[in-house]
Amino acid sequence: MAKEFSTASERLLKKSNRAALKMEMRGKSIVLISAILIIAATISITIFLGTKGLQSFLVNGINAVEFLTGTVWDMGKDGGNGPSYGALPFIFGSFAVTFLSALIAAPLGIGGAIFMTEIAPSWGRKILQPVIELLVGIPSVVYGFIGLTVLVPFVRNHVGGQGFSLLSGMIVLSVMILPTVTSIATDTLRSLPGGLRESSYALGATRWQTIYRVLVPAALPGLLTAIVLGMARAFGEALAVQMVIGNTKELPSSLLDSAGTLTTIITLNMGHTTYGSVENNALWSLALILLIMSFIFILIIRYLSSRRQYR
Amino acid sequence: MLLTKMKPEFEISEAHERKETALDVKQLNIYYGNHRAVKDISFTIEKNAVTALIGPSGCGKSTFLRSINRMNDLIPGARSEGIILYEDVNLIEDNINVVALRKEIGMVFQRPNPFAKSIYNNITHALKFYGIRSKKKLDQIVEESLRKAALWEEVKDRLHDSALSLSGGQQQRLCIARTLAVNPKILLLDEPASALDPISTAKIEELIMELKKEYTIIIVTHSMQQASRISDKTAFFLSGELVEFDQTDKIFTNPSNQKTEEYISGRFG
Repeated sequence: MAKEFSTASERLLKKSNRAALKMEMRGKSIVLISAILIIAATISITIFLGTKGLQSFLVNGINAVEFLTGTVWDMGKDGGNGPSYGALPFIFGSFAVTFLSALIAAPLGIGGAIFMTEIAPSWGRKILQPVIELLVGIPSVVYGFIGLTVLVPFVRNHVGGQGFSLLSGMIVLSVMILPTVTSIATDTLRSLPGGLRESSYALGATRWQTIYRVLVPAALPGLLTAIVLGMARAFGEALAVQMVIGNTKELPSSLLDSAGTLTTIITLNMGHTTYGSVENNALWSLALILLIMSFIFILIIRYLSSRRQYR
Repeated sequence: MLLTKMKPEFEISEAHERKETALDVKQLNIYYGNHRAVKDISFTIEKNAVTALIGPSGCGKSTFLRSINRMNDLIPGARSEGIILYEDVNLIEDNINVVALRKEIGMVFQRPNPFAKSIYNNITHALKFYGIRSKKKLDQIVEESLRKAALWEEVKDRLHDSALSLSGGQQQRLCIARTLAVNPKILLLDEPASALDPISTAKIEELIMELKKEYTIIIVTHSMQQASRISDKTAFFLSGELVEFDQTDKIFTNPSNQKTEEYISGRFG
């Protein structure tokens, strides 16, 4: 302190100190600009995708219902019956790999989380935690590459089909989303009030009764959030899936059939279409479906976290 | 046996009707790793009486309380040596079935912790583990335990509402009701009113006075007034040692130990 102020009005009343005001303004404008940029980026992507995605219906005259329910995707380049845009096989493929991989990753991830928090907190955290962090850090192309060299031949030789299949896609994806599910489920279980555990034990419950009857129900909204976040990641993953799923344009009839997803069809075809053409616009419509789906996933997560009872 | 020959460390001061013993604690030591949190304590806890454990934070009173129903088992590195004799078993032996033990010796914690279920299901929660399925029987136990916990009149019309919608004081009484539903013989209360407002605290104290007719109650409290209001016997702990144990009125009017006197008159702690 350079100066001692004697009265409260000198010490406490606001003074127009130019230097301090300037600093204040500068700080405020930096964070404000960051916030505006983030919001602007999100909104402009949404608007761009919205207008591009709707063009195939509004400008090129593709029937929206046919687009969503048709099963023939033919860009009309190979002759035949001319172009036909039925995206159902890809929509179905995306949902199929997403739900199937969640089906594997959810029990494994939640089981791992329970192990880490309830069964072996000391060494579980020491070993499982770094393993999970490592899994998150592996780039998706590596997952795809391993899937392609190890999983696809294995499925071909030991299960059946040509190996490029929904099954391979779902296994690769479930490994990829496992860390997401596990880490969020672990956080949820850890954030439960400790007294909940104690009071269950104090009532004479065993460890399993405490886990199944008290902890899992109390953590349920958080555990579901973990699964939905995993699903959102699976739904949007392109590269690794594309490397193992086979990328056909037909509806798969079994787990061992090749399939395609919304993301794989976009990455495979975007280089071969001209900007503004019907084919290109149809791909934008697929991208719009992806965006809408991720909005829906976010809405589900918001709804679930609003239902958390313990904070 | 060697242990039966040991003299009780604390003689009861006045000529007092000798009541039945609920727990007989002999030379109990509790360790957290290398730290000895409870040092060589011996005293007896009477049946159908309220025994208050007082002392400054970290004096070992909660540690002792939690060793009775083996809640310390959940803390890595905690171990006990000595004897807590309950009927004919030593509670700190390894061969104790802790799940069965906690049924007989229930515990209520400082913070009310109802499960994220309805009021009704909070009470039936533990009963279902013991195989009680009949709706009639469950209904009966729910009403009985809520009445005992003096909560029935307040919640009888909304038994199926979430327990988390209750006030803090009601939640704590629900936790007591939940513990009573299992039909324990001893109730361990770990500062059950310290997170509550004065009116809820008064209700809990009234409830404890009522419950001692049927149960043996051991309560840890930081409030001198509470200990003097509700307990029959008081044990004063200081840095892991049992400094004084006597009739509550004796402790609060004429303590034999200098340290006890200083603590109850508020000179430290």
